[in-house]
Amino acid sequence: MNCGYYNPCMHAGDSLKHLHQLSRIAALNFVLVRYVTYTCMVMMAGFWYLALSLPEAIVYNLQNVKILGFLFMLEVSNLACSRGDHRLFCGLNFSLSSGQIMQVQGANGSGKTSLLRTLCGFMMPDEGDIVWRGGSIRELDEDYYAEMLYLGHLNAIKDELSALENLRISAGLSGVDLDEKEAVAALRRMGLRGRELLPTKVLSQGQRRRVALARLLVSDAKLWILDEPLTALDVGAVALIQELIGEHLAQQGMVIFTTHQPLQVAGTEMRSLTLS
Amino acid sequence: MLDLLLLVIQRDLVLAMRRRADVLTTLVFFVMVVSLFPLGVGPELSMLRKMAPGVLWVAALLASMLSLGRLFSADYLDGTLEQMMLAPQSLSMLVLGKMTAHWMVSGLPLVLMAPILGLQFDMPGQELGILIIGLLLGTPILSMIGAIGAALTLGLRGGGVLLSLLVLPLCIPVLIFGTGAVEAMSSGLSVVSHLSLLGALLVLALVFTPWVTAQALRISME
Repeated sequence: MNCGYYNPCMHAGDSLKHLHQLSRIAALNFVLVRYVTYTCMVMMAGFWYLALSLPEAIVYNLQNVKILGFLFMLEVSNLACSRGDHRLFCGLNFSLSSGQIMQVQGANGSGKTSLLRTLCGFMMPDEGDIVWRGGSIRELDEDYYAEMLYLGHLNAIKDELSALENLRISAGLSGVDLDEKEAVAALRRMGLRGRELLPTKVLSQGQRRRVALARLLVSDAKLWILDEPLTALDVGAVALIQELIGEHLAQQGMVIFTTHQPLQVAGTEMRSLTLS
Repeated sequence: MLDLLLLVIQRDLVLAMRRRADVLTTLVFFVMVVSLFPLGVGPELSMLRKMAPGVLWVAALLASMLSLGRLFSADYLDGTLEQMMLAPQSLSMLVLGKMTAHWMVSGLPLVLMAPILGLQFDMPGQELGILIIGLLLGTPILSMIGAIGAALTLGLRGGGVLLSLLVLPLCIPVLIFGTGAVEAMSSGLSVVSHLSLLGALLVLALVFTPWVTAQALRISME
């Protein structure tokens, strides 16, 4: 007598085992079918995504000449900028590749800070394009910001917080998770040994600038944009900044800066851009 | 992304703890304004009970205006705001963190203080409960709408007055539904509709205001 899966002649334990085995096979089957279906669906979706986006990507890369993007990481073309009704500069072209440093020169009010702020994306240029690794910085947005570091006239440190807290928070904002040891080491290298835990309001102007500059040590940004980094610094600190810039360039970094003080970096050619 | 949100909240709370005077100003202002009414109107209980929700809500609205000016201005003046814009994460997230910290420092104390002040007006327990729930839902909206105004008036001379003129009209719906809930409770109607509308406003504000504030900040920084 054989009626389907259940055989009354079988031992009760056997039939249970049998059923158990069947259900396991069914479950395995079910999982397999689902797995295969899902994989197929994902692959189909991926295929269609690629098929649809590939032409667009090719066109995009051709437009921006990605190959040149490797040579020149930062490219500025035909840039024009104005403050109110006053035209600061126009038709500005330059490019910067890995390991290069450029000083922006010009009299007071010639638009050095405006140029640097435009490069940061704070100000919209009147005309022209700023291209980073083949893409406009407006479109890259956060991808660009992950690779650049800006240090302006303002130190961006809080009086109520200690030097250590300030450094850790500003590193955190730029996406670097800094532990206490690294932060202390950076501050000590900046010559702030013994002042790590003091609230920055008791520090001198030069020491506060050093706290702000300590960000250079802990950042892994490729492009440094420094607006008057040497203000309020003593001779020793200026030498240290020169050393830091040298190290950054040696690691294929890039620096754009303004200063009214002499700054020499050994081993590299200093390019300069004069605004009039 | 969540790390960054927590970092900003933590930073703002630490800063608030080190500048306690700013936090206390808001709370003391709230207590003072609310306490002035029984003195001015007279100790007639039925009238006090009737006007209690309105007085508390208006005072909370005005108190929240006090601290809004400082929401972005300190960061703007010392350059931290510039660095926040250059953060490789979305500015809206940072703004949301700042709004949350602002609410915890200037909104939450008002909510906690409200029941004690409500007792001055002889409010019954149930109405006090509804008032607190309303304030809990409403004060974050005030912080978030206020942040848009604070971002728009950033760096302007006399921005404080302009900020109030800009933000107060936008807060009227919150006021209406907040006081409406307590009044519905006292006249035996259902409070669900008022509180649901407040909740809907909160969700709406939570979704849109960080983005709008971030755009306003970008405009102000140019």
